[in-house]
Amino acid sequence: MSNTYSLRVNGTDCEVTDSDITESLLFVLRERLGLTGTKNACTEGECSSCAVLVDGMLTCSCLVLAAAVEGQEITTVEGLSNGPEDLSVVQQAFVDNGAVQCGFCTPGLIVAVHDLLEADPAPTDTDVREALSGNLCRCTGYGRILAAVHAAAEQMRSTP
Amino acid sequence: MNRVVLPLSLQEALSTLTADPDATVLAGGTDLMVEINRGMRRPTSVLALAKVPELRRWEITPNRIHIGAGVTYTEIMTTEIAQAAPALAQAARTVGSPPIRNAGTLGGNLGTASPAGDTLPVLATLNATILLQSANGQRQLQLDEFMVGVKRTCLEPGELIIATELDRTNGGQEYLKIGPRNAMVISMAGVALVADLDTRSVRCAMGSVDAGIPRALKAEAWAAERIDWDNGAAIDPAVAQEFGQRVSTECSPIDDHRSTAAYRRHAIGVLAARALNRVCSPKRNGHV
Repeated sequence: MSNTYSLRVNGTDCEVTDSDITESLLFVLRERLGLTGTKNACTEGECSSCAVLVDGMLTCSCLVLAAAVEGQEITTVEGLSNGPEDLSVVQQAFVDNGAVQCGFCTPGLIVAVHDLLEADPAPTDTDVREALSGNLCRCTGYGRILAAVHAAAEQMRSTP
Repeated sequence: MNRVVLPLSLQEALSTLTADPDATVLAGGTDLMVEINRGMRRPTSVLALAKVPELRRWEITPNRIHIGAGVTYTEIMTTEIAQAAPALAQAARTVGSPPIRNAGTLGGNLGTASPAGDTLPVLATLNATILLQSANGQRQLQLDEFMVGVKRTCLEPGELIIATELDRTNGGQEYLKIGPRNAMVISMAGVALVADLDTRSVRCAMGSVDAGIPRALKAEAWAAERIDWDNGAAIDPAVAQEFGQRVSTECSPIDDHRSTAAYRRHAIGVLAARALNRVCSPKRNGHV
């Protein structure tokens, strides 16, 4: 049934109209707001390709009821950089280290790595593996992803 | 009613539920949203509890720990709850991945009432009381009274899980589980073990091997007679192994899509032995 509410996504208030109350945040971001950076894969929290930040908290958007996060600050991968010409340090490190293969898991990983490095600027290998344990890459490019995270961390530490 | 209600107080949540007892209650969403996404459930009204402050609180007193139903696994792992109930923190750490642990709640684990719920064996060993509240009043139940079968609870219409209260114990605690990989797994078998120095008793409960969360009462009593309570010496490995075998006879595992009964029983024995070894390690917690 129809329902109208407002979501605050990447600093902008977005009106959601005529939505079914059972729609996930993932569905609303992609299908109603046109923010297709957040990827739709398992829809059960297993793969984290739909990871976003809700009030700064790393969350699987497929497991969030969209209408229940009205008023909360939602950050998607689109909100982490100023577009293709101005990538974030993490995004650039993924490009430079060949950490992107098919690219489907990449947005979720970028969000999760931003979340990790914000909390811990110098993670160990184990910390990175633990932080990304929910992000599945079916190209299995984990080695280069790990290298990209360390490269991003190093660069963020050296540029205050 | 076709709406999502976001109450800002427990009283508002309870009055909403009283007016609309068929409303679907949403906590962290890690179970409910999977069912909605798969089309297995289509709620017409949702009561979302994320903004009810009473459910997000915890309090640690000298003997007990009060944990609101909306407290997340991440909070259990990263706050003083982790020191007050180490086995609960360990169970929380084994749930899903960081984003799942940021969302999933202790109350949700209880509400889903799956035998594979990771915190449930720990609650059973820490003498948990489950607090339920409705507009008519409060009920306090033990875990085995609350959980009456696989994914079945005795929650009544209009009633909410509001908190869990646990014992603080003096002595070692452990939660161990087996799954196909080290992260993101639903338990195939899990064991919680507490060696309580004050009462000189052992409590051991199991997950994923029964319709409920069984205690290994006979094996507990057997182990309590063999622990060096006075000096805190390491347990004889042969005793730990026999304890594991004894524990594994006090459950009723089945074959299903996740594992087999035989493997589960074997795994319980290995985990229980390992847990007793760890809990009775002199290096741990100074003593027992």
